[in-house]
Amino acid sequence: MENTFELSVTVNGTSYQKVIDPRTLLSDFLRNDLELTGTHVGCEHGVCGACTIILNGDPVRSCLLFAPQVHGQEIITVEGLGTVDDMHPLQEAFREAHALQCGFCTPGFLTTLVPWLEENPNPTEEEIREAVSGNLCRCTGYQHIIDAVKLAAEKMN
Amino acid sequence: MKPAPFKYYAPQSVPEVLDLLNEYGYDAKVLAGGQSLVPMMNFRLVQPAVIVDINKIPELSYIEPHDKGVRLGAMVRHSQAEKDPLIKEHAPLIHETMPQIATVQIRNRGTIGGSLAHADSSAELVVVTTALDAKFKIQNQKGERLVPAAEFFVGLLTTSMESEDLLVEVQIPPMPAHSGWSLKEVARRPHDFALMGVAVILTLNKKDRCTEARMVYLSAGDGPISAPEAAKLLIGNEITPELITAAAEKAAADEIDPGSDIHATAEFRRHLANVLTRRALEEALQRAKGGN
Amino acid sequence: MTYKVIGKRVKRVEDPRLLTGGALFVGDVNLPNMLHAAFFRSDYAHAKIKSIDTSLAKEIPGVVGVYTAEDMGEAWEPGPPLVSPPPTLEGVVFNSRRQVPLVKDKVKHAGEIIAVVVAESRYIAEDAVEEIYVDYEPLPAVTDLEKCLEPGHPLVHDDLDSNLAAYLVQNKGDYEAAKKEADLVLKRKFKLDRGAAVAMENRGIVVDWDQKNQHLMIWDTTQSPIPIRNGMAARLGLRTHQVRVVAPFVGGGFGPKIMMFYAEEMVLPWLTMKLNRPVKWIEDRKENFYATTQEREQVQEVEMALSKEGRILGIKQKIIHDTGAFDPYGLTTPLNTQSHSMGGYDVQNYNSELFVVFTNKIIVTPVRGAGRPQGIYVVERMLDIASKELKLDPRDVRRLNFIPKDAFPYNHEIIDQAFVELVLDSGNYLPAYEKALEKIEYDKFVQEEQPRLRAEGKYVGIGVVPFIETTGVGPYEGARVAVEPSGKISAATGVGTQGQSHMTSFAQIIAEELGVEVEDVSLVSGDTAEIHWGTGTFASRGAVVAGNAVLAAASDVRKKVLKLASKILETPEDELELEGGLVRVADIPEKSISLGELAVLANPFRGAVEPGTEPGLESTKYFGPAYGATAFGVHGMILEVDPETMMIKIHKYIAVEDCGTMLNPLVVEGQIHGGVSMGIGNAYYEKLHYDENAQLLNASLADYLIPTSAEMPHIEVYHENTPAPNNKLGTKGVGEAGAIPVPAAFAQALENALPDFNLEITETPLSPNRLYELLYKSEE
Repeated sequence: MENTFELSVTVNGTSYQKVIDPRTLLSDFLRNDLELTGTHVGCEHGVCGACTIILNGDPVRSCLLFAPQVHGQEIITVEGLGTVDDMHPLQEAFREAHALQCGFCTPGFLTTLVPWLEENPNPTEEEIREAVSGNLCRCTGYQHIIDAVKLAAEKMN
Repeated sequence: MKPAPFKYYAPQSVPEVLDLLNEYGYDAKVLAGGQSLVPMMNFRLVQPAVIVDINKIPELSYIEPHDKGVRLGAMVRHSQAEKDPLIKEHAPLIHETMPQIATVQIRNRGTIGGSLAHADSSAELVVVTTALDAKFKIQNQKGERLVPAAEFFVGLLTTSMESEDLLVEVQIPPMPAHSGWSLKEVARRPHDFALMGVAVILTLNKKDRCTEARMVYLSAGDGPISAPEAAKLLIGNEITPELITAAAEKAAADEIDPGSDIHATAEFRRHLANVLTRRALEEALQRAKGGN
Repeated sequence: MTYKVIGKRVKRVEDPRLLTGGALFVGDVNLPNMLHAAFFRSDYAHAKIKSIDTSLAKEIPGVVGVYTAEDMGEAWEPGPPLVSPPPTLEGVVFNSRRQVPLVKDKVKHAGEIIAVVVAESRYIAEDAVEEIYVDYEPLPAVTDLEKCLEPGHPLVHDDLDSNLAAYLVQNKGDYEAAKKEADLVLKRKFKLDRGAAVAMENRGIVVDWDQKNQHLMIWDTTQSPIPIRNGMAARLGLRTHQVRVVAPFVGGGFGPKIMMFYAEEMVLPWLTMKLNRPVKWIEDRKENFYATTQEREQVQEVEMALSKEGRILGIKQKIIHDTGAFDPYGLTTPLNTQSHSMGGYDVQNYNSELFVVFTNKIIVTPVRGAGRPQGIYVVERMLDIASKELKLDPRDVRRLNFIPKDAFPYNHEIIDQAFVELVLDSGNYLPAYEKALEKIEYDKFVQEEQPRLRAEGKYVGIGVVPFIETTGVGPYEGARVAVEPSGKISAATGVGTQGQSHMTSFAQIIAEELGVEVEDVSLVSGDTAEIHWGTGTFASRGAVVAGNAVLAAASDVRKKVLKLASKILETPEDELELEGGLVRVADIPEKSISLGELAVLANPFRGAVEPGTEPGLESTKYFGPAYGATAFGVHGMILEVDPETMMIKIHKYIAVEDCGTMLNPLVVEGQIHGGVSMGIGNAYYEKLHYDENAQLLNASLADYLIPTSAEMPHIEVYHENTPAPNNKLGTKGVGEAGAIPVPAAFAQALENALPDFNLEITETPLSPNRLYELLYKSEE
């Protein structure tokens, strides 16, 4: 390939070096090149929030970034939040409150909320609704998600 | 929905950017936050041959006091501006506007300069900087120039910048004394592009007479749309409910030029402009009188 | 019956993997040597194809092939008819026209596929799609439901005389006679527009033909893997054992992921067999708007005859139902509209004439609610309007007309999607309705709150709407349950999972029956290698039909366990109990044997099993109900509207739900919440805008507005329980319920909030713009 980019990036604490086509969307890079398929793609135009990842501490849409843009930076994906045996308190709360049904949008909610809860440890319902209003969910009507965030805030305090 | 191929450059300094823009001209597109550009590329509505990514230039991310107002580097991200104490103090209208722009994930990435250079007539920052009479610092290889908002936005998604130009800074003048402001908008869902919106700045003298009034509308035409004739009804007078009604009606009926789309007809947009102007003037008046 | 596990708020077993990014969705399937497909879709809704030029596309490096209908040769054939009209209906006209894999001669809706590119990456495939050139002869588009049957109108299908896809009349009693007795005859026209399902996961399919093994592997985002397997085998000339369909975790279904045999589903298996390489296609969001089925567009003329007391004497209805460019799914949706147009009311005279029409819009198949919301909308709107005309309390009108408790089973006499006369199996409607009124504090609101808020200049209104939901239709589902030598339980059912919590709810049934922990049950749903027979997840039938099949299989395993344990423990079966993974003697708990040990004994290595017995502690059973189980519910909302900006805020929302026995209340509540959010979308936010050329104008999530957390109210859910008499669990479905009554309740509340405006709402969805027009008009 003549038009390539040598990308170095840290994802969930692991450093990766890959040679990629520069137009590769970060969402595709994570899913296909790194096989981190927990980051889901729902719209590829920045509305649904399913592909949200944490870039240098901030939640951003990975479908609106070209992979070369994260060269030398740090990313956390849903895989980096917790494991099946050692879930993040927010993940635990999502399970307890039945905050996911099909689970497709869930990674985007988690990556949006984990940094947010650190800055907003005692959120009100209204604040939570605002915080997740950039993430679409078609299954839950959001209610159990709101419940889960409240529960997580309690657990984490 | 994958973007077409492009050559990617990530220059480390403004001069390097200007070199690339000079070399590639209209084949190149500057990538700032990318929150409008990348969706358009994913839909293949835009297919630039060259992407000049300016995210690696740290010196464009400053927020500083400037001439009693503030100045912002073009790469200040929305979320950075939203939380900045200097902006809260010296540019309260900008401060209030920030949370109303898109969603948290977009604000974490989107930039002030990118939004303004994109010049979407439904973007809050476009109308707010116009109402505030902000100045835009533009550089190219030949030098730099300072362009007032009124001359920066020239049409539908169009600014007065040429292909070799780079927007590097936005200067927000201070709010005059005895001024009140308001931004009112109606959107289908809070983070959607507004169906109609208006930014208002009112300045009163010590006798509560209006010395200056600005009303600038979004989604009301090809760019930010001002309503100087409606403002004239207010200037020089003590602002009464009757005057507010008259100004709102004047602006909505005669000065804006909204289009129709699937979300709202022009008629409904004019109706909303009338309602929102009234509400915004009421709020701005109250603030100008010191009622916060 | 009291249960230990069934009916408990059990945490889901599927969650840990979903929460940590470890669950497999179709888009996650990446195989060595895999190719990627992208489709060239028509920009026109209605056009003749004069020529197709793929030569430039083929030259792009990385492109493996570009194919059109011509290349498919004999493999080209339309999708199968999925649901034919019920044979029990007389005098039905039905013109079956099904979608095609690649368009040959004439495009019938925008987004139809003309060519497919196969390339080394999706990016390259999309590059090549841009280099395909098609010369069209555009034709006038068919879009208007009312005009499209007029003589001389352009035709979607040229071989038909008109755009009529189907016609039928359903009749009960004698409406015209009833009308003569009426004190009030109301006539209104209703317009119900289109929405999209918008599962967060778009569709996708990965196919892998193994030439040496002569086996086709398919990962498909389908709600119905077994019918897809059967249909694929038939299309491709293979035996069913040569095709395995896996629907792993599926990111939301809501109807359109049913066994559609979408064009892409028909093209990809052909490609993998032709190229002998795995091929992947994941629908993007734009394609999802242009290619995935939609629903709800109807025009209805409804006449209702009432006595002055508000008793419904009869309903007469003319429905024009848009099926889009094809009608693969038969009459399911409009039949549901008919069977719900009397709601839960005792209506003795009903006459409904149905016209199904072809248009150049995207294909219509069921979307969550599936014709039911349209039926409930018209009957509830008519009752609201009648109450105003008769100056009656709308609550009293409903109380008067409910089917009384002692009238069940109640024959509604209307043939519904189950192909038999709809018999409402059970119900107790009035208490649920009263409970809803009580929980929303109706009296307090209208007597105190509303006047107080109106004095403050606030426009607030209340709407409370009851509804029925037919659920749990046949034909049947199956389940296989087996005790493993480890003592853990394996189970399988053919109903794919798109978020309905099957792996937990069904595990609860098994855990209850076999005395094990829910976590000890591993249930596979949606893999044809695990179970051979079944249909799928749709029509709110999983819990009823598959749930009872799971119960039947688990009960049979329990019998086998008891029989073997009785022999080994030398204790009569009725003195044994199953608890904690053991079979033990009830009075002597230390005398026990584990399920694992029994499983080993049931599968001996040496010696013969006794004649007439089968190895293993395993059973496969089926459940097929004669007719469905009909659920009931009441939703109420209090909303505030700003009549200057048309912005609306829902302040309070309650739902009273009677779905019989609940397997897991957490899951039931979640289903209702989600349904309500789609219903709120259908009421005020979601509308697919087609122009006069049948072009879809809002094919993105920026312009098709699904509710976010900011639009959604907090929903209070209350339960009533009238168990279904025709299945052992007593369950009724609840998957679609939430979406059904919302537009009707919304309209009632909006009218209630704006009494000064003389507002009468006969359309859904509304929008701020449309509401402005309605208010502006009534002000004139």
